[in-house]
Order: sequence, then structure tokens, then C-alpha cells
Amino acid sequence: MAHAEGQQHASHGERHAHVEGQQHPIGIYLKIWLLLFILSALSYSVDYFHFQGYLRWFLIIVFMLLKAGLIVAVFMHMMWERLALMYAILVPTLLLMVLLGIGALEADYTFFTRGVFFVKGLL
Amino acid sequence: MTPAIRTNSGEPLPLPEGIQGIVADWSSDQRAFKNVPWGKAMMWIFLLSDTFIFSSFLISYMTVRMSATEPWPNPSEVFALTLFGHKIPMILIAIMTFVLISSSGTMAMAVKFGYEKNRRMTFVLLLITAALGATFVGMQAFEWSKLILEEGVRPWGNPMGAAQFGSTFFMITGFHGTHVSIGVIFLIIVAVKVLRGDLDHERPGFLTGRRGNYEMVEIMGLYWHFVDLVWVFIFAVFYLW
Repeated sequence: MAHAEGQQHASHGERHAHVEGQQHPIGIYLKIWLLLFILSALSYSVDYFHFQGYLRWFLIIVFMLLKAGLIVAVFMHMMWERLALMYAILVPTLLLMVLLGIGALEADYTFFTRGVFFVKGLL
Repeated sequence: MTPAIRTNSGEPLPLPEGIQGIVADWSSDQRAFKNVPWGKAMMWIFLLSDTFIFSSFLISYMTVRMSATEPWPNPSEVFALTLFGHKIPMILIAIMTFVLISSSGTMAMAVKFGYEKNRRMTFVLLLITAALGATFVGMQAFEWSKLILEEGVRPWGNPMGAAQFGSTFFMITGFHGTHVSIGVIFLIIVAVKVLRGDLDHERPGFLTGRRGNYEMVEIMGLYWHFVDLVWVFIFAVFYLW
């Protein structure tokens, strides 16, 4: 059974490789590469020029998400995949937002109780 | 007995797109991920699980940092380096970021040349990717030794402030560095396979006996880009916060 399947796969190999391979012009990789360089330089300059407060957070997160999006979409070929795979991989990561929220709540509470019980003059 | 009549069913029907496509793919009673070799689907699922591991680390780091009552060491100063008599903040981390992004670029091109069956270019690009990855690990080793020997950072404490800094730093960057190191080893293995022509001749691999093909280069690429992806998040939330 396994043997027969293997043989079938081999005979179809040529055709499948043709259909399933992700082939795109080299220009798009070079452009995205350049874009990632620029975005990295920008996020480094956020620290270099000492942006603080909400502006710093906003810039860091925007550059981070843009870079992550470009890598997943183009370098990992996600934008050319069918929606079934895209959703199967990307939607579960949204669950992490729940963990993020729980983590932030818990941290606030811990900080508060530490302030009350351990640190004099913090609150 | 009536002879069988050959019917011409022609081209297979085009797959539906959009939400209908998702429903059709999942309910087709065949493989759910069309146009994707199984090895690639498995790598994506592995990467999803790895995403959860790294996210757990980064979210615990956030929790621990937000609840720390001692001041957190300023990463901009801790990771500063004196170059040519100037103290430049975080320059080593910036260079590491550029090195890793460059390795992602060469990897993407290796995948492209692989599907074109251009053996020499694929081999050279895979080797450059591995070299950049090894450079990254080397710089990380330098960063760790500087932090441990000069700054006196330990997993249980450091002279600059909150003790949690050391434990989260070594845990997160250590785990990421391990991923990079494993990636470098596999990059070299795939590069050798490409050079020997194992992928052209569908020669079975020595560990699993799977027939070689150029999908392996793309699957290797997925892992490598993921390592770069994780670094994007570490760079943002650990070093820039």
C-alpha cells in the first residue's frame, strides 16, 4: 500500500512540482528585503532619537507588525496560499491576545499588591 | 458485456475562492490544504505551535516586567557598545537584526532558484544564509559573554535593577539562539543535498528515507523565515521597550 502510494507519487512528482511550486520573480524578494532594511533602520532610530511615551509605543508596534506581515506574506509565500491554509495558521494566533490581556491584568494586580505589602512609599 | 466508454472529463474544475473556498477545501473529504505539499503543511503547523511557545515567553516577560517594583535596566544603555571612541546605543543588536534580515533575503532567493532547478545558485545562497546565521549566533555569544562577564548579569540578579531582567533575557534570547543554531545545521544539510543533486534525482534521505525534491528547500525556508520573524518581535519588545 505504502509502496504503491510512493510509486504513484513519484510518477506524479514532475507534474505536482510544477503545479505546487511557489515561483515568483526575484524582484519582489529584493524589494521586500530593501523594505525590511528600511523598517529595521526606522525602528532602531526610534531608540536612537529617544522617542518616549505613547509615540514610542505606537512606532515600535507599527514597525514590528509591518515587518512581521511582510515576512509572512512574501518571504513565507502566505499571500499566494489558499484561504484555508491562511486562516488555519493565522486565526489561532489571535487567541494570544487573550493571554496578553490576562497577563497584563495579572501584572497590574501583582504590582499593586507588591506595592501594598512589600514596598514602603510606592503607593 | 458492454465495452467501457472513454469519457473525457477535461480539465479539473477550478477551486472556489473566498469563504466558499475554505468550506469547500475543508469539506472536500480529501486533503484540506490544496496546492500545498504535506511537508509544507506540517511545517506550518509546527511553526504555529512554536509561535505559541515564543508568545508564552514574551507574554510572561511582559507580565514579569510590568509587575517588577525595582527599576528595569535600560536596554538602550545595557546593550550599548563603544565603537571608535563613541558610545553607540544598541549598535550590536541593530547589526544582528540586519544580519538576520539579510539571511532571510538570501533564503527567499534560494527557494526561488531551487524551484528553477538552478543547483549552483541554490547551493551558494543556502551557504550564504547559513554563514549569516552563524554570524548571528557568534554575535549573540559575544553579547552574552559581555553581559555575563562585564556587566555581571545573572539569571537571578544583576547590578542594574530588577532581577527578572536576567532570567527573561537568557531564557528568550537563548531559546531563539538555539533555533538559529539548529537552523544553521539544517541549512548546511540541505545545501549539501542540493550540491550533490539529491533533490534532482529524488534520492532518499539517510534519516527518513523521503525522496528528495525542491519542496525541501522551501520548507527549510519557512523555518528560517520564522526564526527571523521571532527576532522581529524580540527586538521590538525586549530591546526597544
